[in-house]
This record gives sequence, C-alpha cells and structure tokens, in this order.
Amino acid sequence: MDIPDNLKYSNEHEWLAVNGKTAKVGITAYAAEQIGDIVFVDLPAVGTRVEAGKSFGVIEAVKSVSELFAPVSGRVTAANDGVGKSPEIVAAEPYGGGWLIEIELSNPSEIDALKDAAGYRDMIAGL
Amino acid sequence: MHRTALNDRHRALGARMIPFAGWDMPVQYQGLVEEHRAVRSAAGLFDLSHMGEMYITGPGAAEALDYSLITAPSKLAEGRAHYSMICADDGGVIDDLIVYRLGNERFLAVPNASNAESVATALRERLAGFDAKLDDASMRTSLVAIQGPRAAEILQPLVGVDLKTIKYYSGTPTLACDMPVLLARTGYTGEDGFELFMAWDDSVSVWDALIAAGASRGLIPAGLGARDTLRLEAGMPLYGQELNRETTPFEAGLGRLVNFAKPGDFVGRKALERSKGAPRKALVGLRLSGRGIARIGYPVYLPAATDSCGTVTSGTSSPTLGFAIAMAYVPAQHAAAGGAVEVGIRDQRAVAEVVPMPFYRRST
Repeated sequence: MDIPDNLKYSNEHEWLAVNGKTAKVGITAYAAEQIGDIVFVDLPAVGTRVEAGKSFGVIEAVKSVSELFAPVSGRVTAANDGVGKSPEIVAAEPYGGGWLIEIELSNPSEIDALKDAAGYRDMIAGL
Repeated sequence: MHRTALNDRHRALGARMIPFAGWDMPVQYQGLVEEHRAVRSAAGLFDLSHMGEMYITGPGAAEALDYSLITAPSKLAEGRAHYSMICADDGGVIDDLIVYRLGNERFLAVPNASNAESVATALRERLAGFDAKLDDASMRTSLVAIQGPRAAEILQPLVGVDLKTIKYYSGTPTLACDMPVLLARTGYTGEDGFELFMAWDDSVSVWDALIAAGASRGLIPAGLGARDTLRLEAGMPLYGQELNRETTPFEAGLGRLVNFAKPGDFVGRKALERSKGAPRKALVGLRLSGRGIARIGYPVYLPAATDSCGTVTSGTSSPTLGFAIAMAYVPAQHAAAGGAVEVGIRDQRAVAEVVPMPFYRRST
C-alpha cells in the first residue's frame, strides 16, 4: 500500500500535503481502494470554509457514498477540476492528479494532531 | 459467521469479504464495475452457497405448497420452476423464492439467506396439516451461478446434458465436472445463465473447473456488489429493500404472481384480495437526470413539495446505462411512467423521472 512519507494523515483516510500556509488534501490509496468504482466527487466551491473533522464533500461510488472529512480547518483556495471531469483519477493517482482541495490553514496547530506515514500505516494494518 | 466451502478460494482471489446475512461473503474481487460488465458482455461466476435450499416432499407436497405460497407449484411440470413468494396472513412478504418441481412429490424451494430460518419455520407450520415434510438442506448444499451471454458456451463442455434442452426456469439433475448437480437455467442478473446446486464440498472442484474453462472467454468471479447492481438494472426486487413484511406483492409490482384461481385457501389470500384493489404504495423505477445518486432511505418528493411522499429502496449509478437509477415506493396515484419526482440527496433535490422497469433488458 502506497503511503508517502512526506504527507500527514487523518483517521478518516485523508492525506494533507502542507506547503507553508496552505495544504492540499486528498484521500489515501487505501481509502480509494475501499471505496471502489468512483462515479463522481462533490467538492466545495473556492472560498468555502471547512472545519477540521467536518464533512466538506462526498465521493459517490457505484456501491456507496462516502463523506469527505476535512483534516484541518480553513478556507478552500482551490478545488481540483480534474476529478470532476474524470473521477477515476482519484483512485489512479490518489496522491497526485487525484488531489481534491487546497485549504488555507486557519489553525496550523491542527496539523500536530494528524498522523505521520508510520502512524497511518500502523492504523490501517489494524483494520 | 458461516463460511461457504469456497471461502478459501475467495480469499486467494483477493476478494473483499463482508458479513452478509450471517455469512462471510465476497462483495467484490477486482472491482464491482469490471465484474458487472463481465456478466453483461461475457460471464461472471458467483458463489451463492449462503442461500437456502429446502426440499418439500411427500404425497401432499404440491397441495401443501399451494397453501403455503402465493403461486401454484402444483401446476408446475416436473423439471420446471417459477418465481414465488411466501406471505404472512396479512399479505406481507416473508420472502421471495424460486420453487423447482424435481418430481411428482418432490420440490425444492430456494429462499434468501437472510430469511432461510423464517421461511423454514413458516413452511414447517404450514405443512403440518398435509402429508408433506420439509428438509432444510441449506447447510449441506452449495450453489454456484454462472451468468452472462457466454455462460452456456463455457459450461457446456463440463456438463452431461445438452444445454439447449434446458429452458429458462427449468432444471435437471446431471453431472458437472463429474459431480452430481441440479442444473437450473435461472439467475438474478438479467442475463442468460445457470445455477448449479450440489453437495457442500463439491463446489470447490466445480468452481475451479469453471474458472479454468471460462478464463479465456472473459469469465471472472463476481461478488455480491455486482450481483446487486445487475439485479437492480434488471428491475428485480431485493428482500429487505423492495420486499418486506410491510409490503404486499401487489405493492411491489408483482401482483401477477398471486394465483387467486388455484383451488383451496392459501395463507394471505383474504388480505391479498384486499391489497389488489387498494395498494397503499407502488414500487417505481426512477431515472435521475443529474449527477446525484439516490440511495436506500433517501426521501422522494413530488415536485416542489415540502413533505416527502415516498422512499428510495435501492439506487446506484448504472454501469451499463451510464446514469443513476433507483427503485422507490411512492403513492400508487403517482406511479405512472413519465411522472416527475424529486429525490432528496443530502441537502439538495435531484430531479427524477418515473420510468418503466426493467431499466436494462438483454437484446436476445
């Protein structure tokens, strides 16, 4: 299972790539595999405020719908148009072209509550 | 948790296993949509050993089943089968099942795994007044289904019978891969296909032989996830979703099954006569026009209405059709095809059209 070392991870299987005051968010390869055939991804508009632990969108798969939970709080500064056009990219490139939103962090200390790659690997090993 | 004889096979194939009606079952192997498409274009192989198998035998077996079910199994010719239901006194559906007539005094009923116990209990009670007995063979019977347009060509070399002689909804005892089986041309996918009933352990060699024989013809193993989307496209109800104790066959759009003409009383007759004239709700097919997917439990509204008038019972993004489809219960007066409704999807309303079912019908 691909779990890049340079990312942070939430208990809800989102990853966070911090770059100064902003961070990109996506779902992990494990989550994408669990969700299965993704039909579309509903993402918030730019400017929307998201709150750590709260839902910011959904992923619709053939079998089920999964909520997306924000790993950190802040304002959405970008949403990935690419996943709207070809949602399968979320599973094909979960850490690359399948990223979901970019957040301007309102409380950077929330990052400390997230797991590192080793911690996330331990978590999914126990699932 | 019960395990079928094929549990190790599923795990070796990398299946994702889930608990289903008390069984550890594969929901998908490589991917639901891939498995769904294989069944529509080539063939899929399903382990359905969790389902119930109950033999009803004796001089009074036919009469007893006519009393117990809403159909008339006594009218079945030997070797033929039909789709039926067992209802409660109030007309509510206890389960839907397939009944095979294997001999003059010998029938096989195949209920859902989730209802096997309640069906066995109800049948035992109902058989009490007849010269018939029930043998619940569920835990010693395996069931493997091969479904899809290439099912017959894959299966033919492995069985001791000309498949052209097996009509839809009929079954015959034969050998498959040298194992004694009951081979039936039935299924739950909307495609041509076969179901093979056999002794518990025999399913392993039958499964292996079918995988080997089918691999070059596009056959792949398919899980419960694909089974659900396939049956939904084919407009087939699922117990626990479209069917339950609070629903009559008439409300589920399956009133044609109820045989009021058969001689003698049957359980639920009076209530079903009432339900025929006054269904409380009607099952409809919905086609959604937007991107949203209606899921079980989502509310259904008349356009711009504040209060919901119905509920979605099944829904998915149809892999074959490319748009979202659903089944829902609505008031009977709003069940006509062409009508517009809305489905509440989270905080939004999605526009949907009432459409005839099945959503998908195979071309040949």
